[in-house]
Amino acid sequence: MKHRMITSVLSLVGALVSLYLWLWKIGWVGPVACGADGGCETVQFSDLAEIAGVPVAAFGAAGYAALLVLSLVGLQDRWLEDRRITVGLVVLSGLGVLFTGYLTYLEAFVIHAWCRWCLGSAAIIAAIFLAALAGLRRPAPATG
Amino acid sequence: MAQSVNLKPFYLVLAVVAVAGAWFIVGARSGPPTVTLVPASVGTEFDGHTIGSDSALVEIIEYADFQCPACATFAILTGEDVRRNLVQTGRVRWSFRDFPLPSHPKAPLAHLSAACAGEQGRFWEMHDQLFFNQGKWVRDRREHRLFESYAQAIGLDMDAYAECIADQRHIERISAAKESGVKLGVGSTPSFIIGGRLVAGSISYSTLLEMVEEAEAAAAR
Repeated sequence: MKHRMITSVLSLVGALVSLYLWLWKIGWVGPVACGADGGCETVQFSDLAEIAGVPVAAFGAAGYAALLVLSLVGLQDRWLEDRRITVGLVVLSGLGVLFTGYLTYLEAFVIHAWCRWCLGSAAIIAAIFLAALAGLRRPAPATG
Repeated sequence: MAQSVNLKPFYLVLAVVAVAGAWFIVGARSGPPTVTLVPASVGTEFDGHTIGSDSALVEIIEYADFQCPACATFAILTGEDVRRNLVQTGRVRWSFRDFPLPSHPKAPLAHLSAACAGEQGRFWEMHDQLFFNQGKWVRDRREHRLFESYAQAIGLDMDAYAECIADQRHIERISAAKESGVKLGVGSTPSFIIGGRLVAGSISYSTLLEMVEEAEAAAAR
């Protein structure tokens, strides 16, 4: 259960980070708080920061929101011992790690700039994945 | 059977994180900067952004509006020839003076962006970004975000740029530049003062060259 609580809190933080970057991208918030080197702007203004015209931060916000909902559902009595929730969290966060890994690769080798918020998000999704894996390693509850 | 656990402390933590995050995001909210031209204070003067040799025989003053299509046409079609053939060769000293027109609501922020770039020694780079991308930012509701992308592209210190935009400390100089044009009879953009003669419109390079040659001849007499 503890791993689902950790997943919930981290997913909420990740969703807020993604939401902030998304709102910045669409002009809702002021200059991004990212230091004077402009790494966040370089990354976010890159053509690679959008997929089919949708900012990647929006995908991140949606992914974290899905993880948050799934982990909160998994904390309810009815679902507490349901292993499908744990597997779902592992799969979803695993996809998030792959997606984030690709974006981090783009930052390092294509855009040549680092967005600190994106790196923060990468650390969050990695931590969620590890927490989900920890849940997977717990023995299945005895039945019958 | 799963053991029921009191989740209230956990939900409390979640709520604190949500409120703190929302507080941060809402606190960071700012719509497009509202930039309104105000009359320049008495004594505020601005001779424009100048390139070229001080010993050039001819000075050309350009009054332009970054949102004006004819100004962009001039910058794109003629500007490079002027810089390469007349300014860099020492024949002409070129001065750009702001003349944002009331009919162009995005112009004040564009001129402020250029002035803030000028503060970091990159006025002409931002000048080019604004004119070459005019068709894009004029149609975009988030033009301030595009200006930030241009600032980023030309290598500005983004914190200093953001502070300059928020502070709007160049707005009176922009007004002063415009008021100097009004006094000289400028009524439209682009307008040029070449060797003391006022010429309006996006003139071709050949026309401009003829006028420079006449001004050089007059100066040599």
